[in-house]
Amino acid sequence: MTRLIMAALAALMLCVSMAAAQDSPIQALLQEHRALIEKSSRKTIQPAIDALRDSGLPEAQAVLEKWQAKDLWQRDADKLFFFGEKVDSKNYRLLDIATGEVAGEFPKKELNQLKPNSGVRSLIGAALVQFQLMAKDPAKRIEALDAIQRDPAEEHLVALAGAIEKETDPDIRDRKERLVRLLTISYGETEEARIAAIESFKGDLGVDVRGALNPLVATSREVAVGALHDGGNIATVLKPGSPEFSEAEAYDLLVSKDLVLPRITAVDRRAALQENITDARVGGVPVAQLNSEDARERAYQALAEAGLVRTAATQAQIAEALAAHVFFETYSEPSAAITEAANDTLSSINTQVGFNQFLDLTLDAMSLASIYFLAAIGLAITFGVMGVINMAHGEFIMMGAYTGYVVQQVIPDYTVSIIVALPLAFAVTFAAGVAMERLVIRWLYNRPLETLLATFGISIALQQLAKNIFGTQARPLTSPAWLDGALVLNDVVSISYIRIAIFVLALIFLGVFLFIMKRTRLGLEVRAVTQNPRMAASMGINPDRINMLTFGLGSGIAGIAGVAIGLYAKVTSELGSDYIVQSFMTVVVGGVGNIWGTLLGASMIGFLQKGIEWMNPSNTLAAQTYMIIFIIIFIQFRPRGIIALKGRAAGD
Amino acid sequence: MEKSFLTRNPSVLIFIACLALFTIAVTVMSEAMGSEMISTSFVKTLGKTLCLCLVAIAMDLIWGFAGILSLGHMAFFGLGGYMIGMWLMYARTEMIVEASMANAEIPPTAQEVVDAIGTQIFGVVGSSDFPVIWTFADSLFLQLLLVVAVPGLLALVFGWLAFRSRVTGVYLSILTQAMTLALALYLFQNDSGLRGNNGLSGLQNLPGADAIPQADISLWFFWASALALGLGYLLAAWVVSGKFGSVIRGIRDDEARVRFLGYSVEGYKLFVFTLTAVIAAIAGALYYPQAGIINPAEIAPIASIYLAVWVAIGGRGRLYGAVIGAAFVSLLSTWFTGGQAPSIPLGFYTINWVDWWQVLLGISFVLVTLFAPKGIGGLVDHFTGRVSPERYGADLGPDSGSLQEQEAEK
Amino acid sequence: MSQLLEVSGVSVTFDGFRAINNLSFSIGSAELRAIIGPNGAGKTTFMDIVTGKTRPDEGSIRWGDMSQSLLKMNESQIARAGVGRKFQRPTVFEDQSVYDNLAMALKKDRAPWSVLFFRPKPEDRTRIEELAAEIGLSDQLHRKSGELSHGQKQWLEIGMLLAQEPRLLLVDEPAAGMTLAEREHTTDLLKEAAKTRAVVVVEHDMEFVRRLECKVTVLHEGSVLAEGSLDHVTKNQDVIDVYLGR
Repeated sequence: MTRLIMAALAALMLCVSMAAAQDSPIQALLQEHRALIEKSSRKTIQPAIDALRDSGLPEAQAVLEKWQAKDLWQRDADKLFFFGEKVDSKNYRLLDIATGEVAGEFPKKELNQLKPNSGVRSLIGAALVQFQLMAKDPAKRIEALDAIQRDPAEEHLVALAGAIEKETDPDIRDRKERLVRLLTISYGETEEARIAAIESFKGDLGVDVRGALNPLVATSREVAVGALHDGGNIATVLKPGSPEFSEAEAYDLLVSKDLVLPRITAVDRRAALQENITDARVGGVPVAQLNSEDARERAYQALAEAGLVRTAATQAQIAEALAAHVFFETYSEPSAAITEAANDTLSSINTQVGFNQFLDLTLDAMSLASIYFLAAIGLAITFGVMGVINMAHGEFIMMGAYTGYVVQQVIPDYTVSIIVALPLAFAVTFAAGVAMERLVIRWLYNRPLETLLATFGISIALQQLAKNIFGTQARPLTSPAWLDGALVLNDVVSISYIRIAIFVLALIFLGVFLFIMKRTRLGLEVRAVTQNPRMAASMGINPDRINMLTFGLGSGIAGIAGVAIGLYAKVTSELGSDYIVQSFMTVVVGGVGNIWGTLLGASMIGFLQKGIEWMNPSNTLAAQTYMIIFIIIFIQFRPRGIIALKGRAAGD
Repeated sequence: MEKSFLTRNPSVLIFIACLALFTIAVTVMSEAMGSEMISTSFVKTLGKTLCLCLVAIAMDLIWGFAGILSLGHMAFFGLGGYMIGMWLMYARTEMIVEASMANAEIPPTAQEVVDAIGTQIFGVVGSSDFPVIWTFADSLFLQLLLVVAVPGLLALVFGWLAFRSRVTGVYLSILTQAMTLALALYLFQNDSGLRGNNGLSGLQNLPGADAIPQADISLWFFWASALALGLGYLLAAWVVSGKFGSVIRGIRDDEARVRFLGYSVEGYKLFVFTLTAVIAAIAGALYYPQAGIINPAEIAPIASIYLAVWVAIGGRGRLYGAVIGAAFVSLLSTWFTGGQAPSIPLGFYTINWVDWWQVLLGISFVLVTLFAPKGIGGLVDHFTGRVSPERYGADLGPDSGSLQEQEAEK
Repeated sequence: MSQLLEVSGVSVTFDGFRAINNLSFSIGSAELRAIIGPNGAGKTTFMDIVTGKTRPDEGSIRWGDMSQSLLKMNESQIARAGVGRKFQRPTVFEDQSVYDNLAMALKKDRAPWSVLFFRPKPEDRTRIEELAAEIGLSDQLHRKSGELSHGQKQWLEIGMLLAQEPRLLLVDEPAAGMTLAEREHTTDLLKEAAKTRAVVVVEHDMEFVRRLECKVTVLHEGSVLAEGSLDHVTKNQDVIDVYLGR
């Protein structure tokens, strides 16, 4: 009885579900294409997938996904489609494809699982992509675009093209359009379409474009007997023995194509000869005579004729073989028009990249110049105003950097510590500068060479002192978090915030210096003492005081420069000496006694160094060498620097 | 009534006599002569010191007499060392390679020998090809010629450029320092052809002299250094004693005036610059086989500045002053940095001279510049009763004129 | 009579200031000439230009029988060509003896190589002793010149000039800081020298100029204002206005 009721119930449910299933439009659609789906062949399935994709039915995506995942089942009884879930090894639970309601459990033998092959599955996948591309959630759409970009495939092209029209977000729409063009480059149906797509990317800086174009112009080396025959998209004809294609390479190519006898390397031949020494002779040649390559070749040939070693090509044979063949590079892309367009576009992109690299280089050079300017400005003050060469200037820079380091040990907050460190570094080095002026330099005015040496004595003492106190290892001076990272303009041009900060600092210093010199009493007095110390003294200016303050100012600025440099380089006791020669060069090249000269000098040296590094990027040491040589030559033409004092004021 | 050169310059005779006595004393006390009083390594140190004295004489000529504070003479010294080092290294490696290849069953081709030497020498910088600058490395004669020619030519070209554009004073010092830095940086590169920062090593082993004990070799080099120093001193004294000396001291004191007398100041400077560069190079060529190794750090600007320090401490403007300064400071420096100087415990801190010697040197250098501009050599004046002339308030210094010995006698 | 030195149309500007303005000047091969002018008239700059220390912006300077241009030569070449100069401030090599100072100035080959091997011959010594006698420094021959008095240094410098045997002597304020007796001695020396060569004296002191008894050129603002005998120029109204009448 119970069984009867159960059976009746089941039959009833079946009817209901069947009715429901048959009612749903998606089921109808599937039934319409049932023959194709059952056949499940890559060649014929497309209309069925298209019908599903274009149906606009909300369930279509789920059906496609399940189909692709081999979770779509067909009931033998009525040929209806259901989603299947495994219950146990024999039984499967069927779910309605439209509503997702459970349609009951059935034994496996009454069911037919749809097993699309990989070809069909990839077609379904492409159709699914379009669903993702048109998802409601913009994040999903972007995710889909990213996925395509990561792993582009031919079928994405159609999907993408179909997804553009209904796109509402302009950014995503742009991206889709760009991606379509990008895919067209590789998978476009007609040559014209591909060329148009290629040309549309002229001047585009994106790495993805270059990634898509480069395979088109990839070449492989080929060889032909006698003369070139027609056909094939030939890039260049190679000449064996040229710098980019050595004779050895050419011959190896011939060997790899099995066209000629392999050569034997000198080392192998030597080993072979060594194994075949008999009675102090090899192949009839006395061992003692084997100290030339010719003799060894002769001996080896004799051995080869005797069948003792494998035969190898002789030099003459190699030359003959090379002459008898033509070597060329051919594109793997058969269409010449496409490779030509790709080359065109690549060269226009390269021009654009070059231009942007130049921009990047200019930014780099500017930041280097601002560092040199910071390092040199203090020196320019003491040298320009007082005529005093301060070899310990670099050590003042170092003192500033170590001051910053010590402050960071006390104040853990990086922002606060930098704000504290800047004035403190100024104070410390100002005091050191004043002390040095009072104790040493004052006694050596008008004896510049002795000043140079005495300050050098101070420099080595300070450097060793720093080593004794802080050790020889580099100490970090950490910049605050808001200075981390870089300002990125495009794929090529970027500049780190710390460099911008140093640039700004240099500008501030320029401003402060100009203000002090032009607008304050101190500046007036300094200028007076520079021009005529005796006259200034008789006007009631105390030259001793001015000299002391000037020297302190120059040293103080060195201290601040030290903090700035420490942020971007490691703080060591040699920090100062790394910059001292460049600082001197800056002052000398710029011209003594003029802040604009120092600015120009710093710019020139910064740009020069970056320029030389760009020409020879692997070698910054050589760049410095060439720069110094350039400066020595520059001095020939402008011995007094870019901005030189003229006439009697020059003091000659 | 022309007096002979030596009677006009009695200090030259005294110096040569002292040098000869010193050489004989060291020879007698050396290990090679069976005595244990002076170790071989100390003989080497003394021999190196003599070379440093020779380069100090060159420095005194250019700075103390001609008034050009060159911060580049140790670069010439180093270049001289590199030139002789190339031959020493090549010849010795060649012998080793040939010895090892002689055992091979098949005799090596000439190219194989060269390749093997190249691999031996340039393996450390990841190369095996001989750079062009090693073309003459197999010939001792040519390489000895290069010891003189390369630094001489560099000095000639650099000096011509610098003096022609009338760069003087501190500008020139900085320019020479830049030249030195450029050279050092260039040599630091691995593809400079001189083994980058590895430098040249094993120079203490003379090719073909493996059987001879280092004690003997060190003594030979000591003699050679003493001879070079003696000859260098004679040459320098002769150069500065006559009218040429007058002219270069005139250039030091008032360049423009010398020019208006019709002397081409640039030519004289160039001559002295090149001559001293060659002397420095010869000193370097004798120094580095005793040191055993040369690398670009030896050429760094700091070395040249130390050279100026020695001359300043010894007393510039007099040749024996330079020698005394170089010998005194470099030996003292060896003593302090060698860890032989006793540490001074202060209770809360122990002064370890290895760490503090540089500080002491720097400070004492400042003090010498300030309070004893005549340096150690100035002490000689106290004993001989020489007084510096009354200058009516003018300074005594390299720019303002320093002492020519005989004239100061009253 | 052909001129030894002909300066024509020379101008020079320092930072916008015209120190010499279209100056023309010439002197014969055995002539004494005094140049006077107020401060800033360009007297010293004129000497700088002739001796090659300052390059003029325009104009030409012709020298000697061959009318060579001095503009292409540097200081030492001009000095070797026969232009001697005495500075305002006595500049002798104070660190060296009077003998060495004179020996250095002696007219000999000045190339480094020959100077290196130069050893004085007896006639060179005699010449130096003669010169020393002429400038009154025979007793001081082996003293350092730094120890000499100011006037003695002035003479030593004149002696060095004579030793150079120049064809043109440019003398900048030779009488400054000298006693009366020394001035007379100096006047005699200059007059004697002018018998065989051209001598140009720049001087402020009218008495000294009067005693030279020679043609006078008055400079003002970088160009020639008047030329002639001292009596002639002192009567010139322009000269009185700018120089004497103040």
